[in-house]
Amino acid sequence: MSAISELSHIKVDKAKTPEERRARAKEAGRDNKAGYLFLLPWMVGLVVITIGPMIASLYLSFTDYSLIQAPEWIGLENYARMISDERLHNALRVTFTYVFVSVPLQLILALAVAMLLDKGMRGLALYRSIFYLPSMLGGSVAIALLWRQLFGSDGMVNQVLQLVGINSTTGWIADPKYALGTLILLHIWTFGSPMVIFLAGLRQIPGMYYEAASIDGASRWQKFVKITLPLLSPIVFFNLVLQIIGAFQSFTQAFVVSNGTGGPSDSTMQYTLYLYQKGFGQFQMGYAAAMAWLLVIIVGVLTAINFFASKYWVFYDD
Amino acid sequence: MTDLETRVLTETPTTGPSPQEAGEVQHSTGDRVRSVIKHLLLIVASVVMIYPLLWLLVSSFRPTDVIFRTPGLWLKDLTSINYTQGWGALQDPFGHYLLNSAIVVVGAVLGNLLSCSLAAYAFARLKFRLKTLWFSIMLVTIMLPIHVVVVPQYILFNKLGWINTFIPLILPKFLATDAFFVFLMVQFIRGIPRELDEAARIDGCGHWHIFSRVMLPLMGPAIATTAIFTFIWTWSDFFISLIYLTTPNTYTVPLALRSFLDSTEGSNWGAMFAMSIISLVPIFLAFLFGQRFLVKGIATTGGK
Repeated sequence: MSAISELSHIKVDKAKTPEERRARAKEAGRDNKAGYLFLLPWMVGLVVITIGPMIASLYLSFTDYSLIQAPEWIGLENYARMISDERLHNALRVTFTYVFVSVPLQLILALAVAMLLDKGMRGLALYRSIFYLPSMLGGSVAIALLWRQLFGSDGMVNQVLQLVGINSTTGWIADPKYALGTLILLHIWTFGSPMVIFLAGLRQIPGMYYEAASIDGASRWQKFVKITLPLLSPIVFFNLVLQIIGAFQSFTQAFVVSNGTGGPSDSTMQYTLYLYQKGFGQFQMGYAAAMAWLLVIIVGVLTAINFFASKYWVFYDD
Repeated sequence: MTDLETRVLTETPTTGPSPQEAGEVQHSTGDRVRSVIKHLLLIVASVVMIYPLLWLLVSSFRPTDVIFRTPGLWLKDLTSINYTQGWGALQDPFGHYLLNSAIVVVGAVLGNLLSCSLAAYAFARLKFRLKTLWFSIMLVTIMLPIHVVVVPQYILFNKLGWINTFIPLILPKFLATDAFFVFLMVQFIRGIPRELDEAARIDGCGHWHIFSRVMLPLMGPAIATTAIFTFIWTWSDFFISLIYLTTPNTYTVPLALRSFLDSTEGSNWGAMFAMSIISLVPIFLAFLFGQRFLVKGIATTGGK
């Protein structure tokens, strides 16, 4: 191996004669062509599936369009309508509540459990599988249906409560006060995937840091605050960004638990569900496109804030 | 609390044969207490996490009226009637929807593997103009909400007459639109020693050969991770299917499951649970046999 690597070094370093330079230029040209050839499927996708539709939806957001007649230019009317659309404001409230309650709780739980799972402890693989499995299943309709039963008025949760002496007839999913809570709980239940990322990160922290701290008499809490958190902060950041973006787009659970209505009383009307109703229920494509752009802006701004704020709390070793 | 205990224990003056040894012994009792508490916590958490799933499984073998009276897991009076009922409860036998989902999943997995690995090789190994720009665009598209493209996409696919076909679900995968996997594979290829492709290049291999004969065989773990994640996500996908598949005979499994809520007025929970279990089995198997790759794959993208 090392002989090969030496050879390649020689080849790179000693391209001094004109022929060699020409040969390298030719190779670079070939690289350039090959690069674009390998990227071709991705670029077609980028234009046809992503950027093209993005521009089209920006255009549509200034039109009135119901698929039947040609789009009719109405300027900023869709956006003006959004300002006075009470149900949209409610959908934003619901979504922000959902995201900013469930994401931090989920991440804290994920980190706490990851820290309990020491390297080499007994049963590690089993614990990890049990905690990880729900995050693989959590996005499915099957689990959302299960949630409908669990938190129904005669569902399993109320039966369990009865066993411990609490007589609850609350239909959790039918009560506007609690319905969103059941969705938040479902999101927290899927803490396994950030947990796995935290686990990988924790394994990368050299054990000698903790040993050195122990010798200096640091307490467990001090070690956590002074060693674990700073060294893990890039991963906390990564999880935070991805989970926020993901949670904003959550749709299936709210759709199934409310059977597509966003009810009761719009209490589970997440933004994407409302967008779906507008676009694909009532075929107000222009309005849906405007809503989609608002979503992009919200997610973009939050991600930008996250990146900006990260300068103050994320610690990069290198 | 446990921290305090440990400290108190280790700081107690020792009377043993040698201070060092005694310190170690006492330290290990403190550790044992901590370990027991930790395992207790983890076991309680595990039970809470897994209980709904086990209950779903057991309930799928119970008559509906029993489901609503039994929060426990005891296994008596089990019946398979839910499975036979659920299988035939919708317009087509449930196997039809399983087949639909299987077609979409196979297409999506093939598409993602092919298109994402090609793009990843270019980003990880080739030098071409504007590479940094393209790469950042690719990263941004990972974070882009699908909703911003879905309306025009629908209009486009509608014009092409592709509504109620699987093309809108599969074609984008052949165009590397799941940029997450491109990124995952780029990260993986960057970890493969460059000497290997340099050697192939010196032997006169072109890029296609280096890609197909050198890189692909080395990319096993990244390919497995991509395949398994694509499998699980496509199998569970609801939003895209909901938009493009509107006639019941094109339904994928998630749509079929949801339609139980309408067709049986959401009352036949036994049948619904039974088909739910069937729909979860493939994900569970993928998880069981692929967990190693899922854990590793998620760590490669998350770690750095």
